[in-house]
Amino acid sequence: MQNVLVIAELHEGHELKSATLSALTLGFEALPTIGGSLDILVLGSAPEVAVETLKAHGARKVLVAKDPSFERYVAENFAPTIAAVAKDYGLLVAGASTYGKDLMPRVAARLNAGYAGDCLGLEKAAQGLAYRRPMFAGNAIGICRITSEIQVATVRQSEVSPHAPSGGATPSESVTKAGSSGAAARVEFVAFETVKSERPELSDAKIIVSGGRALKEKFFEVLEPLADALGAGLGASRAAVDAGYCPGDFQVGQTGKIVAPSLYFAIGISGAIQHIAGMKGSKVIVAINKDPEAPIFQIADYGLVADLFQAVPELVSALKAH
Amino acid sequence: MKILVPIKRVADPDNANKIKVSAAGQIDASGLEPKLNPFDEYALEAALRLTENGAQNKQREGEVIVVTIGPKETETTLRGALATGASRAIRIEADGQDPDGGVTAEALKALVLAEKPDLILLGKQAVDGDSNQVGQMLAEILDYPMATFAATIEEEAAGTLLVGREVDGGVLKLRLTPPCVITVDLRIVAPASVYSKHTARTHKYQEGVRFAPLPAIMQAKKKPLDTKPLKELTTQPSVVTYDRFELPKARKAGAKVKDVAELVQKLKNDAKVI
Repeated sequence: MQNVLVIAELHEGHELKSATLSALTLGFEALPTIGGSLDILVLGSAPEVAVETLKAHGARKVLVAKDPSFERYVAENFAPTIAAVAKDYGLLVAGASTYGKDLMPRVAARLNAGYAGDCLGLEKAAQGLAYRRPMFAGNAIGICRITSEIQVATVRQSEVSPHAPSGGATPSESVTKAGSSGAAARVEFVAFETVKSERPELSDAKIIVSGGRALKEKFFEVLEPLADALGAGLGASRAAVDAGYCPGDFQVGQTGKIVAPSLYFAIGISGAIQHIAGMKGSKVIVAINKDPEAPIFQIADYGLVADLFQAVPELVSALKAH
Repeated sequence: MKILVPIKRVADPDNANKIKVSAAGQIDASGLEPKLNPFDEYALEAALRLTENGAQNKQREGEVIVVTIGPKETETTLRGALATGASRAIRIEADGQDPDGGVTAEALKALVLAEKPDLILLGKQAVDGDSNQVGQMLAEILDYPMATFAATIEEEAAGTLLVGREVDGGVLKLRLTPPCVITVDLRIVAPASVYSKHTARTHKYQEGVRFAPLPAIMQAKKKPLDTKPLKELTTQPSVVTYDRFELPKARKAGAKVKDVAELVQKLKNDAKVI
């Protein structure tokens, strides 16, 4: 079936999340193979500003489902509206954030559609579109095709560049919220406990400073000055998170955030497979570790064998001097 | 509470960097030991915690059923789950097929309709395919509510489940009315992550998953293990097919620097990133 539908992600029903722009890039790449036109679907409680932004991306239409209940994301409440609109499309694309990963397989099942999650890119196969997907913690790439009438994909933001606005003014059209499912009546949104931070989000940060278990209780004391000096986002290994040195959403790795900044500092991180899976797309990797045999040095561009408790403060002073 | 825990055997995730791809583009994981998917191991642990009083965890307050899709060899994985405390096991025989997420969800749906569990508890993803899809698909086709990326689960007095989901930017809390689907994340096996209504909120579990004592391993051999053919549960065909596989581009190790001054100089002048 023809036509591509990109599902936008809005923070608390109003603010456009950057994962949407990577989904747009992949959507436009797929368009020549899928055929037809590309539309964007926005669900939100106050989506006006996001809709204005999306109008400059060269889509045919921006479809807007505005409803107070879309301020708080619950998959059971979002999926019926998306699936109702999606019936006329051959491909649905969203970002592979926790939003897209939660929502899109549910939408796919509602549409009897096959799902390719966390895509790195596309290929044109003889029989149509093929998706490049990371598997085995990024240690293999699977190239798959979907043979259902509707195809559903999510896009790994760190691997697909954000779509640049091309100007113009796509017309918008409002769509009505679909009737809710039985499941929606049995799930209640209780709270979203956000971690307020002045730092860039890991998925958007140009520079990331990540720490491991070696930092112990001094995780923030040691790393914050460095992150401040660089305007960097703060990340962590699973070991540091499990030990309780920092919050869960700091975790970089196969099962945490997948990041690809231009500069990544791995500090006191040994370099477990699962961690490397989450950051090996970084342009430049710096590792600081006391253990010269740490596996992180095998993928680092610049390795410094040193005691981090001395090296990091020294690095902060040196950066400030520059 | 009656809980269904779908589990999967995967190639050893701690050695996933030893995965090979043949000249014909096929995955070769032959050198890797088969292991229980870590997230499913955590789902099983969470299911056990939800069906016991944590202070007296020999006795099940309810039932945990484990199910897998796979050949006869996967029964070892099911026996392991029975030894840690599951009551019975089901193996779905797929006759060499590798069903996609949609087919897996359809097969599980048929089991759910027959077994009527209050909760289906799964790992958020199997670390071989890394798709993160079956729980969501199963919830949709059953019209059940779901909570993915669960880091905490608390059974409330009313029988509802309060779930903390670890999502981008924080923790999203949902209250689910069973029957429902929950997929678990890493932190679900922390000491204060899961509480059944029988467990005091002051109770602290040991970090991680429990291990089966030897007598339990012996007893597990006598616990029921049924086999069902996949085609009796669903006849839906797979719609996702893998044409080939590739190894990712290897990243070359760079150079060691002797001190902080050299590091700053290189980042500034060679890499030009600061």
